[in-house]
Amino acid sequence: MSIAVTRQDDVVIRFAGDSGDGMQITGNQFTDTTAKLGNDLATFPDFPAEIRAPAGTRAGVSGFQIRFSSTDIYTAGDIPDVLVAMNAAALIVNYKDVAPGGIIIANTGNFTERDLQKAKLETNPLEDGTLDGYRVIAIDINARVTEALQGSPLTSKDVLRCKNFYVLGLMYWLYSRPIEPTLEWLAAKFAKKPELADANQTALRAGYNSGDIHEVFQGRYEVVPVENALPGTYRNIMGNHAVALGLVAGAELAGLKLFLGSYPITPATDILQHLAELKEFGVITCQMEDEIAGICTAIGASYAGMLGCTTTSGPGLALKTEAIGLAIMTELPLVIVDVQRAGPSTGLPTKVEQADLLQSLFGRNSDAPLPIVSCATPADAFDCAVEACRIAVQYMTPVILLSDNYIANGAEPWRLPDMDKLPRFPAIHVTDPAGYAPYTRDAKLARPWAVPGTPGLEHRIGGLEKEHITGNVSHSPDNHQLMSELRRDKVLGVRDTIPTPEVSGPDKADLLVVGWGSTYGAIRSGTERLRREQNVSVAHLHLRHLWPLPYGLDEIFARYKQILVPELNMGQLSRLLQGEYPDHRFLHYGKVKGKPFTAREIREKITAVLEGKS
Amino acid sequence: MSAIQLTPKDLKSDQEVRWCPGCGDYAILNSTQAVLAEIGVPREKMAIISGIGCSSRFPYYMGCYGFHSIHGRAAAIAAGTKTANPDLSVWVVTGDGDAMSIGGNHLIHAMRRNVDLKILMFNNQIYGLTKGQYSPTSPAGLKTKTSPYGSVDLPFNPINLALGSGATFVARTVDTNPKHIKSILLAAAAHKGIAFVEIWQNCVIFNDGAWKEWSTKEARAERTIDLQPGQPLVFGKENEKGLRISGGEVEVVAAADADVWDPTTAAPLAYIMAYLDEREDLPHALGIFRQHDKPTYDGAVKAQVDALTAKKGKGDLEKLIYTKDAWRVG
Repeated sequence: MSIAVTRQDDVVIRFAGDSGDGMQITGNQFTDTTAKLGNDLATFPDFPAEIRAPAGTRAGVSGFQIRFSSTDIYTAGDIPDVLVAMNAAALIVNYKDVAPGGIIIANTGNFTERDLQKAKLETNPLEDGTLDGYRVIAIDINARVTEALQGSPLTSKDVLRCKNFYVLGLMYWLYSRPIEPTLEWLAAKFAKKPELADANQTALRAGYNSGDIHEVFQGRYEVVPVENALPGTYRNIMGNHAVALGLVAGAELAGLKLFLGSYPITPATDILQHLAELKEFGVITCQMEDEIAGICTAIGASYAGMLGCTTTSGPGLALKTEAIGLAIMTELPLVIVDVQRAGPSTGLPTKVEQADLLQSLFGRNSDAPLPIVSCATPADAFDCAVEACRIAVQYMTPVILLSDNYIANGAEPWRLPDMDKLPRFPAIHVTDPAGYAPYTRDAKLARPWAVPGTPGLEHRIGGLEKEHITGNVSHSPDNHQLMSELRRDKVLGVRDTIPTPEVSGPDKADLLVVGWGSTYGAIRSGTERLRREQNVSVAHLHLRHLWPLPYGLDEIFARYKQILVPELNMGQLSRLLQGEYPDHRFLHYGKVKGKPFTAREIREKITAVLEGKS
Repeated sequence: MSAIQLTPKDLKSDQEVRWCPGCGDYAILNSTQAVLAEIGVPREKMAIISGIGCSSRFPYYMGCYGFHSIHGRAAAIAAGTKTANPDLSVWVVTGDGDAMSIGGNHLIHAMRRNVDLKILMFNNQIYGLTKGQYSPTSPAGLKTKTSPYGSVDLPFNPINLALGSGATFVARTVDTNPKHIKSILLAAAAHKGIAFVEIWQNCVIFNDGAWKEWSTKEARAERTIDLQPGQPLVFGKENEKGLRISGGEVEVVAAADADVWDPTTAAPLAYIMAYLDEREDLPHALGIFRQHDKPTYDGAVKAQVDALTAKKGKGDLEKLIYTKDAWRVG
């Protein structure tokens, strides 16, 4: 009997299981396969801070959400159409998010009395009416995998560890995706352990075939590729990977070699890991003894003429504070990547927040200005990393690039840049002793970069205030005033090389929503839908450059009756804008739950503001 | 002898030296300038990197490249500079507070990694620039502005710390003996790998005479012993006494019966020599405690980059971005 295939335009699936169940691998495989089919997609991995929280408990639930579509999308979706729950805890933590009438696939093999106890459940939610209103597909995946792998040389425990590929196979069947890319991936991943490759491949096939054999689903679905996608070459990319590639590209566009001094910290570590693989690009990565050494080696490398870079998250940025001041004083190029997470202190290390903006702007002793760039999406992270390199090299300054955990671990299709059209910004290592002095300045107010090894340019720099032009130590009051102003004006001058951002939506409207960083998708999606479906008078302005702020914002703000600033913090950009543009009023809308905004939250807030309820 | 001929004057900057009159730093500065003029490295390939403290003003007075950084971080900054350009001769100038207190972590890790840096640690057992507080090398009981009733801290033995951290060259010298400083710094410069040199240095203002029991010309003969590679462990006005190590203990013997010093040995003899600091009845050791050959960090980093580049070919950015799994639209 053939099973009907229904076309859907937009699907959200959430895989949820124990943190040892391989949900992130499952999600990433589904993502890669889906990307190759030409769907637009966005993902949201959501995992606990503990590598292996107590098995079966609510604290140990790891999730991976993917949204894929036949049209352009901006977020990983608010409401899953399908929830895959590998155990009782995963079900109870996630089922309320599922769309009414949505599909819940539950692995009954992990709903035993013991599993229910560990999930702190008194009754079995598969039987007690909890899931009324959902289409529940109950399958004993443990038993199915054990059957499929009869005769396997693996232990029964290792056999059960293949169950995520069984589920993946089933989801491939349900959404008409090919299993071949994952079969190939498994063969490569377990090239040295063929018995593991074989077992997981068998589980994947068994899951896929079970769709036809067991007839648990009335129908299958397909989500056709995006038709009006911009022509070009695409690949799937995660944010941290994009930052790594952007730094390599930025260094090459500057004609420099990249140096990364870093210390492992969630969620930034992947950048160090990616760059550690790229030795053939001349990239040097030093995993140092602490965050401070990470940035200090980078400063030392920039001093020696490389493009120094350091990667971290909020707590690490705090530790690097004093060294950033040194880079500002010595006016050396440096890129500092902060992949933000929820804080303060250790906070929620695997959850998202955008609360390091004010730390980036002001978190140093004295007046210590530096440029700040923030990325909006995983693909945008590449461009922003290149931009951070450009500013650092052209202006001889440390630059902070703000990413966050949602971007770092999220994925989307990346329309690859035309390599010949990437901007080049060759760095100049001066060599001519005639007229050289370390603190002369060019038209951008940048000082010359003279690196050790250059004959005739021997000079001294350091953290003590420098005399204008000569760079000698100076305690002169007037000189300190002058140098403070020069440092400020140099950074403000970056405005001359950044565009005024374009507003999405009408030139004039009742409301302008201003955002930065990873809230881009939720705001863009929320505002577009309100305009399209309810003819709401609302526009969206996204800021990539947070310091200096680009020219032209005052004129933009003046065209809207109200301005709303949603942020994953307690009010940071709104505070900055209120201080810089006191003639306008900026209404803060904050969320600090360790989760991104949903487009629905943005829509509801906009509606409330426009109705005067907020 | 190398073709590069410099004079100490070439290593002086145009800046006025501003340490207190009588400070031990002057002798060290002059000796360092004399040594750097002799090591066959062109001036532009020398970088002196310091942290914070009296000693850390050093780079301003040197005629080569210099970086006066922030408190405790010189070793980390220097590690970045040396790794970025192994062709440079990179010297770190630091003090007991800068290196062993706020910068302790960077110091021990630079030593364990064997970054090819020359670290000169001026040890005056006091915080001078902040005007007289006890430091991590101050002896217990020292009365200072922050220990008016005597310090209750127990001090580091810098040589033992360096040995324990795996430094491949560990030596000690003293500001009252410029000739000895020169010989130690020349040996440090010749060593491929990290060189940790503790320099007993007198702070005339805040801790005057801290080393005088051992450092004056008269005291040195009787109360110190100079560890010189291949030389017998002898001391005394006429070099008439010697040391012999037996069963983990050190005994004073006639010069003819003294052990010959070998800093290259894997045996833990250097620790025993550092331990002499705690003995009132035995001389304290100066000279070269350890001299081991190990791969340098900066050399190994470069070797990996070179090997991978040779194996894979120079990285192609376009290929890195346009991967096999990319797909075309339109």
